[in-house]
Amino acid sequence: MISETGYSNNGDASKVTDLPVVAVSNVSKRFGIVQALNGVSANFYRGRITALVGENGAGKSTLMRIMEGEHRPDDGTIYVDGQAVSISSPREAHALGIRVIHQEPEIIPELTVAENIFVGDLRARYAVLIDREDLERRAQQMLDAFGVAGVLKPCEICRGLGPAQRQLIEIMRALRPGARLLAFDEPTSSLTEEEAVRLFALIRKLKSEGVSIIYISHRLREVMMIADSTITMRDGRSVGEAPMQELDEAKMVRLMVGRPISDLFQRRKRELGPVQVVLDRMSTDKISDISLSLRAGEILGLGGLVGAGRTEVARAIMGLDTVRSGSMVIAGKPYSPKNPADAIRAGIGLVPEDRRQEALLLLQAVRDNISLVVPDKVSRWGFFSWRKEAELVHHHVEGLRIKTPSINQAVGKRSGGNQQKVVFARWQARGPKILILDEPTRGIDIGAKAEIYRLIESLADEGMAVLLISSEMPELLGLSDRIVILRSGKLAGELHADVATEEQILDLAMRTTHKRAP
Amino acid sequence: MIMTPTAASTQNYSLRMFGSRVGTQNISLLIALIALVVIFGFIRPDVFFTGRNLINIGLAVTIIGILAMAQTVVIVSGGLDLSVGSIVGLGTMVLAVVIQDTGSVVLGVVACVFAGVFAGILNGLTIVYGPVNAVIATLGTMSAFRGLAFLLNNGNSVAIQANGLRSLGTGTLLGLPCAIWLLLIIMAFFVVFTQKTVIGRNLYAIGGNPTVARLAGIAIRRYQVGIYAMSGLSAAIAAVVLTSRTMSGQPSSGSQGLELEAITAAVLGGCALQGGKGTIVGAMLGVLIIGVLNNGMILTSVPTFYQLLAKGALLVAAVVIQERQRAHVGE
Repeated sequence: MISETGYSNNGDASKVTDLPVVAVSNVSKRFGIVQALNGVSANFYRGRITALVGENGAGKSTLMRIMEGEHRPDDGTIYVDGQAVSISSPREAHALGIRVIHQEPEIIPELTVAENIFVGDLRARYAVLIDREDLERRAQQMLDAFGVAGVLKPCEICRGLGPAQRQLIEIMRALRPGARLLAFDEPTSSLTEEEAVRLFALIRKLKSEGVSIIYISHRLREVMMIADSTITMRDGRSVGEAPMQELDEAKMVRLMVGRPISDLFQRRKRELGPVQVVLDRMSTDKISDISLSLRAGEILGLGGLVGAGRTEVARAIMGLDTVRSGSMVIAGKPYSPKNPADAIRAGIGLVPEDRRQEALLLLQAVRDNISLVVPDKVSRWGFFSWRKEAELVHHHVEGLRIKTPSINQAVGKRSGGNQQKVVFARWQARGPKILILDEPTRGIDIGAKAEIYRLIESLADEGMAVLLISSEMPELLGLSDRIVILRSGKLAGELHADVATEEQILDLAMRTTHKRAP
Repeated sequence: MIMTPTAASTQNYSLRMFGSRVGTQNISLLIALIALVVIFGFIRPDVFFTGRNLINIGLAVTIIGILAMAQTVVIVSGGLDLSVGSIVGLGTMVLAVVIQDTGSVVLGVVACVFAGVFAGILNGLTIVYGPVNAVIATLGTMSAFRGLAFLLNNGNSVAIQANGLRSLGTGTLLGLPCAIWLLLIIMAFFVVFTQKTVIGRNLYAIGGNPTVARLAGIAIRRYQVGIYAMSGLSAAIAAVVLTSRTMSGQPSSGSQGLELEAITAAVLGGCALQGGKGTIVGAMLGVLIIGVLNNGMILTSVPTFYQLLAKGALLVAAVVIQERQRAHVGE
């Protein structure tokens, strides 16, 4: 089988040498003013699973993108088998045996499983015509070799496949001949527990056959379970490399954030005001029977796995998805929005998940981005008062300590933390009664993160009702008054943040439903 | 030269806003313009700098100028309107036919404006509710409106007699032709519209990122239909100016290829075809560059075919420069 799939090119697995398969040495990368990587060195050995942990924005993904040839490092060297290499395209990385399995598998929906596995490699032997039978035979061999033949059929069209199957295709694609180093980027984020267990079995099998594996995950328990050693990254640096036996979860968290996580939150008791949001058995195409309520001055956490329907709750409230049944009451009034304009008029604001794609006009100035939802405050008869606008913008830029040389600078050039503060400034300027935050600290450094936590707390202190969607457990536990957990588009439970634990949340979010994700 | 009064009045709003919004790109455009003037002035000093020739340039750029400013607004909002040249052709025919039939310039202008706005709304509705890609939709109507223009009088031009209209084409006010005054008024309108109004600012948001704009509560579809209606209206005004110069309705002559020049000017002036970026002042500098180039090529007897070649190359070059800049700023 080994020769069939050919991922191991020196056959004899017993010959373990000290030479790493792939090593990065002193790699740095800067994007604009953000130092994404700062002199990172790491060794990845044959037959070992190295976990890469760190917060969002710590530099893990940048390191992966450099190793797979998407980005060129500003400085530093990559070695393969001790030889310095220059990787200038994903194709070259692939040829060197470095392959990354991305969080979002790239699948061409209209092609078959076999075609998707061998995409980009349908060439050579059949100069013009694709030999479909041979293709499917080779695919079947791979699926058999890795014990996943029961899950995927080579001739199946990919459109209807679930996330776990799509991921398998991506893995099979990466395992085409010559694989030396396989990096998994958050591989379990959209898998059920059962599927995750199967993935771990597959990863262990690859390890036993000599492939070097990088495992990137936020789920420290998984890391503890599967990795041989852990490299922790923070603010673009490697802050610690240790064998798994020497680490526990608390140690890893301390390395990741640089201080005990509890210091980041104030956890003041707040006076709760009137009920601002009531969802009553609300269903859309993606979520069903969601009931919850949220009061002024309250922070309601919305937990669950990626794809559990958290963002979809926000979309329904913002008038982006059609509500099929059930009802909403906002500030005591029945509410059925047709578009975000209705939502904003009703006093709702949204800080969306994807800052760069959904929140900011990157080419435009900090000023335009902040005044975007408050034109009525800085204009008369539809004409802007530049003076009034500048005053308002300066007020919020200073209040949130947004670092920018001038309010006329393009927001795309600011760091992630400052960009997110601009989004917050926008809503602070508008002053909605209800603010929905979808992953509000994704991809920003720890310093800005602490500032945003304080800001969220102060907004609630002022009486805003906050709906907080977050995948980061400490954040969810540290900020929320109550936490509602979703699973597969339905309510899975509600916890009081004072007594809730990470385990309880994960348990509710992941409890095996014996049902495959659609 | 024509720029000076308007640039000065823009400064009155706020010097700093002017600097930040108009940017450094226009300085390079200004340098390119001066270079062209120097080159052609050097080759034909006897003709180029005469008042007569400068006014000729001014008149020639009036029509492209109106279209280029409207095109800038369309491109800023993330669209493109290839049908403007055909709408001008259709407009001149409607104007001429109505004047011929009724003898009333007012009725003719009203009909022309209606035709232009209607054509624009048709574009907008197709693009928004099709939904059809703007390039394809207006590529289709570019041909359709041209066909309509030919159909209005079986493909023949319509000569008209109307003194009211002629004075727009040949009359002067304070030493400047009426058409140039009209251009300056429209330019002032567009500068204020894009820089000072909420609607104008929202267009930059829609073009910059429609998802962001929608989440900020901007009614994107309504805006888009409105933008193409405005583009149609501008083409109708350009049609009135064109007709006043030729005193005839021409289904094709005089309006063919105007979309190319309008888009070239807008892109030269700093419009990003992805939307969200571009200025009226920049577009007008682009228009002047094209105007001087056209005029200079005629004065220096460059054959027509080479002129076409040069114009096409200029558009491609302008886009290349834009893309390079975007890649540079993007990271």
